[in-house]
Amino acid sequence: MSKLVALLVALFCCASAGATESYGMPKIDIGKGGECVKDPNWMRKNHMHLLFELRDKTVHEGIRDDKLSLKNCIECHASTKDNNVLGREDSFCEGCHRYEAVKIDCFECHSSKRSSALVQKEH
Amino acid sequence: MNDTNVQRRQFLKTSVGAAAVAIAPGMLLFDMAHGKTEAVSNKVRWGMLIDTANCADGCNDCVNACNKENGLSGGLSPTDSQWIRKIELKDKLTGRELSLPMMCQHCENPPCVDVCPTGASFGRADGIVLVDKHLCIGCRYCMMACPYKARSFVHEALHDQKPDVPRGKGTVESCTMCVHRVDKGLQPACAEACPNKSILFGNLNDPESEISRKIRTVASIQVRADLGLNTGVRYQGL
Amino acid sequence: MANLSPLRFQTRLYYVLVALGGLIVLIGLYAAHMMEQHGHIITGMNNQIVWGTPHVFAIFLIIAASGVLNVSSIGSVFNKPAYKARAPLAGLLSIAMLAGGLTVLMLDLGRPERVIVAATNYNITSVFAWNILLYSGMFAAVVMYLWTMMEKRMKAWSKPAGFLVLIWRFILTTGTGVIFSFLVVRQAFGTAILPPMFIVISFAWGMAVFHIVQSSIYAWNLKILDEYVQKRMRNLMGLFVIAALYFVATYHLTNLYFAKQTEFEQFILVSGGVYPLLFWVGYVLVGNLLPLVLIYHPAFGKTRSVIAASLLIIIGGFSLLYVLIVGGQAFPLSIFPGYEVSSSFGDGFIGQYSPSMPEILLGLGGVGIAFLITAIGIRVLDFVPREIPKTPLK
Repeated sequence: MSKLVALLVALFCCASAGATESYGMPKIDIGKGGECVKDPNWMRKNHMHLLFELRDKTVHEGIRDDKLSLKNCIECHASTKDNNVLGREDSFCEGCHRYEAVKIDCFECHSSKRSSALVQKEH
Repeated sequence: MNDTNVQRRQFLKTSVGAAAVAIAPGMLLFDMAHGKTEAVSNKVRWGMLIDTANCADGCNDCVNACNKENGLSGGLSPTDSQWIRKIELKDKLTGRELSLPMMCQHCENPPCVDVCPTGASFGRADGIVLVDKHLCIGCRYCMMACPYKARSFVHEALHDQKPDVPRGKGTVESCTMCVHRVDKGLQPACAEACPNKSILFGNLNDPESEISRKIRTVASIQVRADLGLNTGVRYQGL
Repeated sequence: MANLSPLRFQTRLYYVLVALGGLIVLIGLYAAHMMEQHGHIITGMNNQIVWGTPHVFAIFLIIAASGVLNVSSIGSVFNKPAYKARAPLAGLLSIAMLAGGLTVLMLDLGRPERVIVAATNYNITSVFAWNILLYSGMFAAVVMYLWTMMEKRMKAWSKPAGFLVLIWRFILTTGTGVIFSFLVVRQAFGTAILPPMFIVISFAWGMAVFHIVQSSIYAWNLKILDEYVQKRMRNLMGLFVIAALYFVATYHLTNLYFAKQTEFEQFILVSGGVYPLLFWVGYVLVGNLLPLVLIYHPAFGKTRSVIAASLLIIIGGFSLLYVLIVGGQAFPLSIFPGYEVSSSFGDGFIGQYSPSMPEILLGLGGVGIAFLITAIGIRVLDFVPREIPKTPLK
């Protein structure tokens, strides 16, 4: 019995170690892309913590680091085709979140569109 | 010197810096933190002085500017959000008529903050009263408690919000004193839009600011001053 | 069904009733789901009438949940055997109605899925936040109290537990009243009389609910309620109704005396359309005068009259809460005293509100939850009052 448990644990470890670049990962339209805050692997795992921490600082203390704002994330990562991080199977946020089956709460309130494109449209 | 000016300069400095970085591509493009990296402090208390004598009857420019800036629909049904509204007043005894804009008064002791169960309603150190919509559960107790009826509840799903002004169904919202503009060193949209310059925005804690100098010399009152809330918005000629 | 024995027929009827209750709960949950999907736009509530029908239901259930425990307090704390036999049933009803009321309150939130935030981010100055503790504490206290009554080995603890429940429900109803009395600017609220008024009202409403449930159980089990017990409980309910009416009268008289409040009273008592109608006909006539006649007039006072009186008291309760909560918000907030005002945001005008189907169904769903918990509780556990045989006096 204990052997079986050990085997399962080992299997589980292998599975989770390989999970970062696993088979069948969706092709994502990353917009402008590139490394900005941290390397993509770190961001893939931790972006939500970063967003949570920074949102509290921004809302309550008025700290607005332009680089680390959600608006700036979208500015780069929105698709160059439709200026959006949502809406398509390969959109930057939606694509990955669909794959991971995690609900995104942000865009009920926040704009999911590249703000520079919105400004252009207004003028 | 006026704090708005200080902030404006700071903003210009960082923008120029950012532009310089952009000119030399490939260098430091994202490593430099720019924007406002310091927390707001209570050395500043943002406030407004509204001169009702200059506020034209029937003029809605402040309201329209607010709607445009914050992405409000401008609808007037009882379920639509109105962050700022024009009130027409008539003294019941003397018959004197006047008109003024009414919005969140950004109290120092805001009842909405006291009653909020989750702390979603809060006052920033610089006196701006906001709703943290990440925490708001939509109980509407703050709307019951506000003496100025300044708050609105978002009754249905919204689309195409402004990137700087997130708003969403099921949460309460109100005038933010255009916090996203103020943090950039700009004035609130309503103050900027008023054709008669009847809305004076500035730092009440700086004795040398224009607003402080003016409230020292002209008579101004807080609406429902009897409640002892110490509002950040004051009215002249009421 | 005609060839079924009476017992089997009754069992079937029971399941039909439980299924009906479940259906009402499901409809209520569906209404809440619709409200979450579409937003509060599908309710009658708006930016002027911020709280509506769901709050009337929720607050009625919460107040009655506190008041029904009066039966157990009289038994456990004040040692009246007739009431002691009924204490467990009162405890069950309290839990059932509290659960129903809180569910309605929670599902009416703009963001019900975030209700956990109310526990993780706690604002100590908020009366609402205090009430979250009071309500959850109430559940715990009543469950503990039930345990001490139903478990033989815990009998010794029954009295202290009953005492705790007594104190807790006083604070709880005070807390519910304080939600309104802390609203300094609203003409209808912002008065310290509301918490004690809520407490006295809770006695009357709780007793009315208890009477209906008790009579139903006795009829179901073909038992006849002891006339003496019936008379005692009936008269006590009458007393509570009179006391509640006294508090409501004092509330309005005080307001009438304050010049700044007379316009509001004029609105609520005379000119406000549906609100004066509900107040005078719904609350005063149906909720007080008729029940008092049914209780005290020598021609009535039997089981049927008591049930009728209890139903009328409950109808009166809903009327009073509707007038207080909705009517209190409909009257325009006085931002500029001494001025006539008008604006695009309803300043100076009576707020318009008509309850919509989803909010009514949500409220009824809460009542359904209370019914379901009670019906199942009585079936699976020993909650039916058992008369303690009278010992001959020595």
